[in-house]
Amino acid sequence: MNHSPRMSISFGARMARCAMLGGLLLALAQACLAADKAAPTFEPPAETDIPDDEFGKVVRQGMRIFVNTPAEAGAFIGNNLNCASCHLDAGRRPKSAPLWAAYVLYPAYRSKNGHVNTLAERLQGCFKYSMNGKAPDAQDPIMVALQTYMYWLARGAPTGVKLAGQGYPKLPEPPRPADYVRGQAVYAQNCALCHGENGGGQKTAKGQWVFPALWGPDSFNWGAGMHQISNAASFIKHNMPLGQDGLLSDQEAWDVAYYMNAHERPQDPRFNGNVEQTRDKYHAKDSLYGHTVNGKVLGAESVPAGGKLRAKSP
Amino acid sequence: MRKPIAIFCTCLAGAVIPAWAGGQALEQGRTIATTGVEGAAACTSCHGANGAGNAAAGFPRLAGLGAGYLAKQLDDMAAGVRPSAVMQPTAKALTPAQRRDVAAYYASLPSPYPEAAAPKADQATPSNRGEWLAIRGDWLNGVPACNQCHGPNGVGVGDAFPALLGQSKAYLAAQLQAWQQGRRSPLPLGLMPAVASRLTAADIDAVSTYYSGLAQSAAEQPDQGGKP
Repeated sequence: MNHSPRMSISFGARMARCAMLGGLLLALAQACLAADKAAPTFEPPAETDIPDDEFGKVVRQGMRIFVNTPAEAGAFIGNNLNCASCHLDAGRRPKSAPLWAAYVLYPAYRSKNGHVNTLAERLQGCFKYSMNGKAPDAQDPIMVALQTYMYWLARGAPTGVKLAGQGYPKLPEPPRPADYVRGQAVYAQNCALCHGENGGGQKTAKGQWVFPALWGPDSFNWGAGMHQISNAASFIKHNMPLGQDGLLSDQEAWDVAYYMNAHERPQDPRFNGNVEQTRDKYHAKDSLYGHTVNGKVLGAESVPAGGKLRAKSP
Repeated sequence: MRKPIAIFCTCLAGAVIPAWAGGQALEQGRTIATTGVEGAAACTSCHGANGAGNAAAGFPRLAGLGAGYLAKQLDDMAAGVRPSAVMQPTAKALTPAQRRDVAAYYASLPSPYPEAAAPKADQATPSNRGEWLAIRGDWLNGVPACNQCHGPNGVGVGDAFPALLGQSKAYLAAQLQAWQQGRRSPLPLGLMPAVASRLTAADIDAVSTYYSGLAQSAAEQPDQGGKP
């Protein structure tokens, strides 16, 4: 047994130490409680950690679909966006709706369709709305690969816990209501360089897409989450322009999100033939669908949902 | 019956004059490029007959880059915003209109490198730092992939995002260092100073090596574009 000098300290000194230790423990407990309130952080595994086996092959396939979507899942994609257009860094980036944070929150009740959604159903919604396409069957290899990639990214994350950086964190309400005219100015100054003056995106000289279309027939449709002004405002604030996130104030992000979503885009796949009814049923808040902007009712002149897939079908 | 003829003539003039004026600008630009003006040597003497640049000397490729981008570089070099001992007197010797003409001429030239199928975002190797930066970026450090703005293989996009393909390692590295040190305009949007400031010296070396290597392999392809 080691005899340390500590064993010979007086009772008083011992009491003092105990008090100090108690205080320290209390402070530690308080810190833990505070940390509990804040969402825990999580870092997904590095790409180099994808195992070289049959499972790893499917992880890689999911990643491939995610970053190169029209080429890898063309049968289900109606526009020219990639999953990674809105989930940056191959679905890894915090505050860009990262996959690892989404994975641990499903199944979940969604007010969007009024029932508990499995992760597969949630992904099917991405295909239908954000990709302006059609949903693969739940057992389709594309669905299996995407979920495998998500599962692998979330390896070691706590289940059912909102992690720091999950989704598009809600931006505080803007000091002034979001405004089209101010948004137009923000767009011209900060966004048009890449996404084009008419929001149509940009391609290379030979027609390879580089900057995604933000509205118009090549963009996501009226059912996509990004058409909601609060989602778009948060994505823009935290991620745009690329490498210059934080350049825009909260107000500017709200204004330009409003401007972006005050333009026509492909029809909501849930459209029942009546814009007003579709608006009241699915677009009661956070959406300009069915509202009159610049003398036109948004949704009234939408091209049908489905994009490229419609042109292909007879 | 005179009215329809007058309308026809007006339409014809409206259709022809802009094209002719554009052609004239290109022709003037070509003259400046090939013969120079007083105080400015012919661009071709350093940048090559087809604007492909001179990799060994570090003279950049001009062919097929955006007209707006090229004109802005000439303006910046004339004003000293982009310091260059070689280019400042040359740019200064050109009037603003001549800078636009010569920029339009080089923008109209075909890329010396064919726009080939590029590796996709899933085809980068993590251990190849230059390739990884080009295709995937370093998002943990706030660095988007170069190709996200400059296009697949860095072929260039539109007027504002110049081709990286076809530029030499020395040139690319010097530009990234210039942004780090405030020796190039932060426009547009401060994009490049933000990105460059997050790169290490090793990153700059790796990514410049990667793009200059692409140019070499593109130049070795048999069906190359505008090579003489």
